[in-house]
Amino acid sequence: MTEPLSLDKVTRRYRRSPSLARGAAEDRDVTALAGVDLALRSGEVLAVVGPSGCGKSTLLELVAGLQEPDEGVVAVLGATGAAERRASCAYMPQRDLLLPWRDALGNAALALECQGVRGAEARRRAAPLFERFGLAEFEHVRPAELSGGMRQRVAFLRTLLPGRPVLLLDEPFGALDSITRAAMQEWLAEALAQEPRTALLVTHDVEEAIFLADRVAVLSPRPGRVVAQLDVDLARPRSTTDPEFVELKRETLEALRR
Amino acid sequence: MRWLLAALLVGLFVLAWQGVASLESVDDLLVASPVETAEALYDEFGLLWDNALVTLVEVLLGLAVAVPLGVLLAVAMHLVRPLRDAAYPLLVASQAIPIVVLAPIFVLAFDYGIGPKVAIVALICFLPVTVNLLDGLRSVPPELLKLMRSLGASRLRSLRSVELPAALPYLFSGLKIAATVSVIGAVFGEWAGADEGLGRLVLLANNQLETPRVYAGTVLLTLMAVGLFLAVVVAERLVCPWNRKEKLV
Repeated sequence: MTEPLSLDKVTRRYRRSPSLARGAAEDRDVTALAGVDLALRSGEVLAVVGPSGCGKSTLLELVAGLQEPDEGVVAVLGATGAAERRASCAYMPQRDLLLPWRDALGNAALALECQGVRGAEARRRAAPLFERFGLAEFEHVRPAELSGGMRQRVAFLRTLLPGRPVLLLDEPFGALDSITRAAMQEWLAEALAQEPRTALLVTHDVEEAIFLADRVAVLSPRPGRVVAQLDVDLARPRSTTDPEFVELKRETLEALRR
Repeated sequence: MRWLLAALLVGLFVLAWQGVASLESVDDLLVASPVETAEALYDEFGLLWDNALVTLVEVLLGLAVAVPLGVLLAVAMHLVRPLRDAAYPLLVASQAIPIVVLAPIFVLAFDYGIGPKVAIVALICFLPVTVNLLDGLRSVPPELLKLMRSLGASRLRSLRSVELPAALPYLFSGLKIAATVSVIGAVFGEWAGADEGLGRLVLLANNQLETPRVYAGTVLLTLMAVGLFLAVVVAERLVCPWNRKEKLV
């Protein structure tokens, strides 16, 4: 069986802004990722941790089919074309990016409308999920009146609604306060336990990575490359104060410092 | 409270106006007092109203041409990058030409009737519409467009579901400017050559030293612009009620 998601020696470079783009070619380009190899098993949750600016978001956009690698191959369910990758991935960006003029139900339904489902039908199909996401009775509330955690859950609902097999999360809780973040992490852990999905989670929060993932990959500072991979063999639900958890956290932080 | 303060300021202004007009040294032929203006409004209401209607029609027709054209142009320039780069300088240049100079040329080209007035109103109204809407369409954060692409949205779907709604408050800002300058455009159009309209009436009355009528006409023109502005404000509140509460991320 082909792996649901694999990156093979993936390199991505950016052109510096024109005002800086003088001198030799290697000075003009910034290498965001340098030869990244990663592979996910079906149903596995992989967390990629790394310092800010190590190319984590680039990595996710490459998988999501929003960018193309300069070298190497990105494959999702065996397909390497950007359009096919886009069609297989449910991509959740850092911010919730809800549309202020649509109510919660309309924001979730947008995901189906983008696939050609008509507005009323899209809303009808999105409605049953609101209860499961703890959003019952908030269907007709505009984002401005929702709390940060609820906004993020609406964004999650929108991400999951099209039923795509691979889930891509870009620091999904980065914008939340720490109390809400902890609650959302528990909620996501539970949701993934109930309905396992192949998921790639990008974060700079080591604790979040170990709490949610089956495996943690550590990226080096720019140019990003995988410097360590750690299996998280801890029973769920996990506790951040569990000695084994703490030990893993220490190992991961050490790998980050190298 | 806001309304009260505004009304208070208008009241103060009228009082000061009355005070200046009542001064011994101020010639009645040059300055009409608020009382004289009100009398002219009352006594000559039929004449003023008939001409006001003519000007209002010019303004509304001009806006009816300018707004759809401005919207279409903005959307086209937004979707086609080369068109934006090519058309922007010309667009700005179209506004740099003084209307006072352009108006007689339009009258020569389009004849004496309503045509040149509508054309002038349209010309000065479409730029604020186009420029504001274009800014609005470009105001959408790139992450949101990326999200739309990842959801499988076509270019048109993004335009319809994200960029156009996000640009609506900007469009209304443009419409507010257009509403106020439209009346000025119609007046310039009438000054360049017309046989009816409030602008022409004010010009004639000025020449005839009918100062209260000049003031009465000017008050009506001002009210017309304020009325159009308020209509846009009301329309904005109906069409995009979310705008005042929050902005797009």
